[in-house]
Amino acid sequence: MTTLIEAPPSDADGLLPTKKKASGGGLGQYILIRFLLIFPTIFILVTLVFFLMRITGDPITAALGGRLPPEQLAERIHAAGYDRPIFVQYFEYLGQLITGNFGTTLSDNRPVSEMLTTYGAATLELSINALLVALLVGIPLGMIAAHRRDKAADAVLRIFAILCYATPVFFAGLLLKLTFAVWLGWLPVAGRAKTSTELALTALQAPTGIYWLDSLRSGNMAALGDVFAHAVLPAVALGLLTAGIFLRLVRTNVIGTLGKDYVEAGRSRGVSEFRLVTKHAYKPALIPIITVMGLQIAVMLGGAVLTETTFEWKGLGFQLATYLTARDFVAVQGIVVLLAVIVAVTNFIVDIVAALIDPRVRY
Amino acid sequence: MSIEPTIAAESRRDPWFRRLPVISHFNKSVGLQRGMLVTGLVLTGLFLLTAIFAPLIAPFGFSQISDAEGNFPAQQAPGGKHLLGTTVGGYDVFSRVVWGAQTAVLVIIVAVIMSIFIGVILGLVSGYIGGWLDRILVVVADAVYAFPSLLVAIVMAIVISGGRSSLWGGILAAAISITVVFIPQYFRVIRAETIRLKAEPFVESAKVVGASNIRIMTRHIYRNATRTLPLIFTLNASEAILTLAGLGFLGFGIEPTSAAEWGFDLNKALADTTSGIWWTGVFPGLAIVLTVVGLTLVGESINDLNDPRLRGRRKAAPGKTGPDTAGSGTAGSQAPVSAEVSSS
Repeated sequence: MTTLIEAPPSDADGLLPTKKKASGGGLGQYILIRFLLIFPTIFILVTLVFFLMRITGDPITAALGGRLPPEQLAERIHAAGYDRPIFVQYFEYLGQLITGNFGTTLSDNRPVSEMLTTYGAATLELSINALLVALLVGIPLGMIAAHRRDKAADAVLRIFAILCYATPVFFAGLLLKLTFAVWLGWLPVAGRAKTSTELALTALQAPTGIYWLDSLRSGNMAALGDVFAHAVLPAVALGLLTAGIFLRLVRTNVIGTLGKDYVEAGRSRGVSEFRLVTKHAYKPALIPIITVMGLQIAVMLGGAVLTETTFEWKGLGFQLATYLTARDFVAVQGIVVLLAVIVAVTNFIVDIVAALIDPRVRY
Repeated sequence: MSIEPTIAAESRRDPWFRRLPVISHFNKSVGLQRGMLVTGLVLTGLFLLTAIFAPLIAPFGFSQISDAEGNFPAQQAPGGKHLLGTTVGGYDVFSRVVWGAQTAVLVIIVAVIMSIFIGVILGLVSGYIGGWLDRILVVVADAVYAFPSLLVAIVMAIVISGGRSSLWGGILAAAISITVVFIPQYFRVIRAETIRLKAEPFVESAKVVGASNIRIMTRHIYRNATRTLPLIFTLNASEAILTLAGLGFLGFGIEPTSAAEWGFDLNKALADTTSGIWWTGVFPGLAIVLTVVGLTLVGESINDLNDPRLRGRRKAAPGKTGPDTAGSGTAGSQAPVSAEVSSS
């Protein structure tokens, strides 16, 4: 992560020394300021989540209240230090966070950080798959809609885009499950892989937790096929949610660039319509897509929680729902904080990429 | 279809009923845009009517599992007495879908009114006073805005009710959770407008005349800054429904005995799918989709029609159209296109 964040400034400083003088601001400075802005964002979210979760009382009463006699409850609260002043606990919590210690879950008594890395990999895999689906569906369809503007194909695609947005992921997942898993029987109903595959993959040395990567490494083709079959439906359900947004974005921006003079010039030189749409008009339309992609990460993480519950995909979202039902607020807090960090960092990366592509973005 | 009467009609002041928000938009619309607006209005109207007349439409109560003839059968296929079948707990699916509309409307109304109220006040104060208060509020609003809205709603749901509760408790909890998600949006819009308006001469002159800050905020700026709100309202209403359904799906909704909620029903339906029971999930899901499509179409049409650059023109030169997102195009292409919209 650190290499990713620190690489651009040195690189850009070497590349653009003359431009720096001309624009005044400079890319390095922009990246630095933008980087520093991550910390207040994370800090605010952590603080808000901490105090909001504590308004309702301490985690132990929430998790075990009613199931233990009051004396025992008080004893455990005291042992965990939840009877101290809230600000003492808050600063202790902040200190722990900085050292990467998220505490221990109450319901299954395991370190939160270990839980996060185990299930984070599954969520990462789902998000990458879904993003692939979204891009593969959204961008070509958006180009078609722009090219066939105001024709029947365009109208159908725009309705498709609205439907993508309007269908909650869990309903899309339910329909996909019904159609492809229950009625047609083509794909598995739920989970990330068969039990036998999961066992084979955990036997691997230093597994990444990302199943298709693990099965590729083991060279087990049957496992790869199984992992792929399990991945299709969740990826499509979550991907379609974002595909609609990409479709509309590509359409609007390609229509905008299709009207430019240089496209007209290309057309008069005899460049084919296909090439005009896919090359000339599409490239400049990419910049807003990258920016929106960053914003979509937040939407996708929210969607992942619901998708994982629908397909019993054992990732952060699935665990979040489980811990919520168990009233295990230490674990919930850990997951929420991790997601906050992910959102803040991706937004940072997206802003930097956008600034590298388009100089007008920098302040 | 000549162009002169249109111009004449626009320069004259129309009677009041033609200047009402939706009606004026309808009159401005044309072709595909009109099709979208009408489809949206019909769907939204159906949704509202269902919500209002739920007690008359629904054959049974939302938590009713038996009548004079005895207990309802569990997981019965659609048809006969139970139009859309029954769930595993013996609830009538059709009745719960109908009652669910009422819950959704209540939550949207409470949530949107609260977020407008709080968001507008914060935005006005923050934009007008400025300084450190403004800076802190902006950073907090941005942080909350960047965060997945469903997670914000989940955290709020824990805070408010620890999860679940009665009808009004549940509705309030869901509404407040959604409110927290939306406040940053209203806050941003109103704050930006306030800052722009603060520099206008009429605010300056109000100050010179000796108007108090509160008077300037509530009279001079408020009236001007809130013009875009109806639009955000329609767009947010659809998002509110999706957030409510998401909360319900995760089990943070309203107990089935205190109200019907589509997301909650979908969660319960999930277990049914593996045995091929489709009616418990498909119908509440369709209700969500149709409602959100309706609200989105209305919101987008109003957005496009408010913007002269995006508005389709009654008569456009063939092949020459502006950079719009909603179609305008020639008269020939409009007829099949709008047919497509209304048939969907």
